Amino acid sequence: MNHLAVSMCGLSLAVAALANPAVAQEDPAKKTQTAKTFWGVSAEKFEYRYSDSDEELAVVEGDAYYGTDELKFRWLFEGEWEEAHNAWETLENQFVAQTPVDDFWDAKAGVRIDTPEGPDRVYGVLGLTGLAPYWFEVDTNLYVSDEGDASVDFEAEYELLVTNFWIMSASFESLVAFSEDREIGVGKGLNSTEVGLRLSYDLIDRSFAPYLGVVHERKYGDTADLARDSGGSTEDWFAVVGARLSF
Amino acid sequence: MKKSILMVLLAGLAFSAANAGEYDISVDRVQIDTGDFNKEGIGYNGASPGPILRFKEGEQVTINVTNNLDEMTSIHWHGLILPFEQDGVPGISFPGIKPGETFTYQFPIVQAGTYWFHSHSGFQEPNGAYGAIVIEPEGREPFRYDREYVVQLTDKHPHSGDRIMRNLKMSADYYNRQQQTVGDFFAESGEKGFMATLKDRMMWGDMRMMKADIEDVQGFTGLINGKGPEQNWTGTFEEGDRIRLRFINSSAMTYFDIRIPGLEMTVVQADGNNVQPVNVDEFRIGVAETYDVIVHIKDKEAYTIFAESMGRSGFARGTLAPEKGMTAEVPELREAPLLTMADMAGHMEHGGMDHGNMNHDDMAGMDHSDMGGNAEMDHSAMGHGSMGQGEGETLPEDPFYAKGSGLMPTASNGGKFLSYADLKAQNPLYEDREPTREIELRLTGNMERYEWSINGTKYEDADPIVLQYGERVRFKFVNETMMTHPMHLHGMWSILDVGEGKWNPLKHVISVAPATTVYMETEVDAPGEWAFHCHLSYHAASGMFRKIVVEGGPDSAVAEGKQSEHQGDES
Repeated sequence: MNHLAVSMCGLSLAVAALANPAVAQEDPAKKTQTAKTFWGVSAEKFEYRYSDSDEELAVVEGDAYYGTDELKFRWLFEGEWEEAHNAWETLENQFVAQTPVDDFWDAKAGVRIDTPEGPDRVYGVLGLTGLAPYWFEVDTNLYVSDEGDASVDFEAEYELLVTNFWIMSASFESLVAFSEDREIGVGKGLNSTEVGLRLSYDLIDRSFAPYLGVVHERKYGDTADLARDSGGSTEDWFAVVGARLSF
Repeated sequence: MKKSILMVLLAGLAFSAANAGEYDISVDRVQIDTGDFNKEGIGYNGASPGPILRFKEGEQVTINVTNNLDEMTSIHWHGLILPFEQDGVPGISFPGIKPGETFTYQFPIVQAGTYWFHSHSGFQEPNGAYGAIVIEPEGREPFRYDREYVVQLTDKHPHSGDRIMRNLKMSADYYNRQQQTVGDFFAESGEKGFMATLKDRMMWGDMRMMKADIEDVQGFTGLINGKGPEQNWTGTFEEGDRIRLRFINSSAMTYFDIRIPGLEMTVVQADGNNVQPVNVDEFRIGVAETYDVIVHIKDKEAYTIFAESMGRSGFARGTLAPEKGMTAEVPELREAPLLTMADMAGHMEHGGMDHGNMNHDDMAGMDHSDMGGNAEMDHSAMGHGSMGQGEGETLPEDPFYAKGSGLMPTASNGGKFLSYADLKAQNPLYEDREPTREIELRLTGNMERYEWSINGTKYEDADPIVLQYGERVRFKFVNETMMTHPMHLHGMWSILDVGEGKWNPLKHVISVAPATTVYMETEVDAPGEWAFHCHLSYHAASGMFRKIVVEGGPDSAVAEGKQSEHQGDES
């Protein structure tokens, strides 16, 4: 129940942030002359991965949002479909409220629901997302599961403009757990890292940008042991082909 | 109530029996063909741009606007001095015009010159809802011409206004295809050294700011009177003609640098008001500004009207020719400018520093090399190969740009580029007097989030600016952003301070370049409630907007009388 309290607290903070500016709303032109609510749907990753050990995965990472400058509601989706097992190796849905805490940073709070093949988990989420100096896009979250286990993920991405249409993006993801959750293959300490390099071309505006790339995934420590025990790999190289989508 | 309306109507009839005009405008869905793409949009009387409305000074106009859309609409008469209920801003002047409804505007024309009209609802204006207004003066004009053309510019985009706004909110650099690339990095390393270039990139990266952040919305086709570059709007003339060109920038977002290679232009009007004539080779027209120029063509050649966007991401083109079908060479776009640390100064002085931990020594170092780079760029742009390095100081300075600004314009032929400092009123409308008070308005924003504001507060969170009827207010604009903002005050003149006292020109849009401070004064002579905003469509909609309330003074019926006094002053 911990996670619920945490996320509810975050949500109510966010709602308070939205309510504040609404105090002096007597001027009707504030409605007619301003664009207030926005939405967007995008998939940072929409790709097929071929591993060096002949594993094949379909991977989708995307989000949809609706909201104002002050408060956005965001649904984040992450899925890995394993071809060989005909199963979702990863299936995460996050529902968060997001509000600015600085010129470049937003805080997030909400829930994450994991329903992959195997045991399900529900997490409370507290996160920080934004743009660090030197144009690094950073996203980091603290998760507390319904089993009482806590973990932190960290993602950073950098886009290098080869030209204004050819973009090389480098990404790094890692997961650290504070306690073990054997059922879902999570060991204590550094769990895994994923490093990716993708070269994309903006074919239609920024709506459709096909890419080719390479991804390296590695598991560490107890997590690696757990993976080995269940017959999985601990290190993979993937060739990826896909597209970045944005609507 | 009914009686008083009747009285007003009768009075109006009596006054205007000899001098009244009735005009009908329908607001319609239209197709806009730019030559590059076809797009559904909004227009007037079945076309975009709409008709040219030709009024006479002293005329009492009645304009019936019928809304054939399935959404609310409005028409704002940009630059016209009129009772505030007629100003056409939904939520401030009136509720707006419902679908299927006809709204009748009625107001006296108390001025002369070139103006325009556009919707003030949503993004209908970027979607095509604009037209021109030409007002013939009562008296003689201090210049002569044989023929005249309206040259109305816009930056037509293949995306609708709503979509553009949404994309900018999702990613502020969505439309920016002039960002610095790896290639640029190595080219610059070759010139300035690897470390200097790296340091420069680190500096800008530390602040999360882009040198190439000049035009938010690229990918447009520049139109002249609704025609794209390939469709080539052409105005014809006879040998020896003096042609008055009424330039109107009806763009949503784009400043244009305008020239007619081979012809000198004499600027005779700015924002509808006569100015002391200035001969120029090129001028920059801010969004929503108008400039009237006269060209004298002594031969039977064709001449290209070339309007490059300030950030060089697009252009509009038209032709002046003895007969249709004749064309002249269309110049290449010049190299895109880059912002410099000078353009950043306003941002850094006021809070920007809090976020990056930048150190001042680095700053000074960068500043230098950066401006050097800028000066070099200007050289190449001017084609002055003979001008040596280190002569940056001898470049013409424009007090309306930050010293060392990357946006400082230069004429492509090395000649005269119009500056605000050149604008002097031909015939001052108001007596020069001390302002009663000063109001500081900092132009602020968050580029990354695409939020724009005044004094750090967006419109939705702000109280109105309250002015007292009869006062003369001095507005101090301090631009703390890296964008150029064309600030537009409705209903009252903006007297731009160019340091010429009573000869300071009257405008309706004051463009404020990055990291500069610009003053304007306003004689508060129009009671009621007015809009005041940045005229870049997506900046206004993001919050760079205020309501102005003028307290006291006569009611608007009497105000009409007051305005006819002005009319007397002018003639």
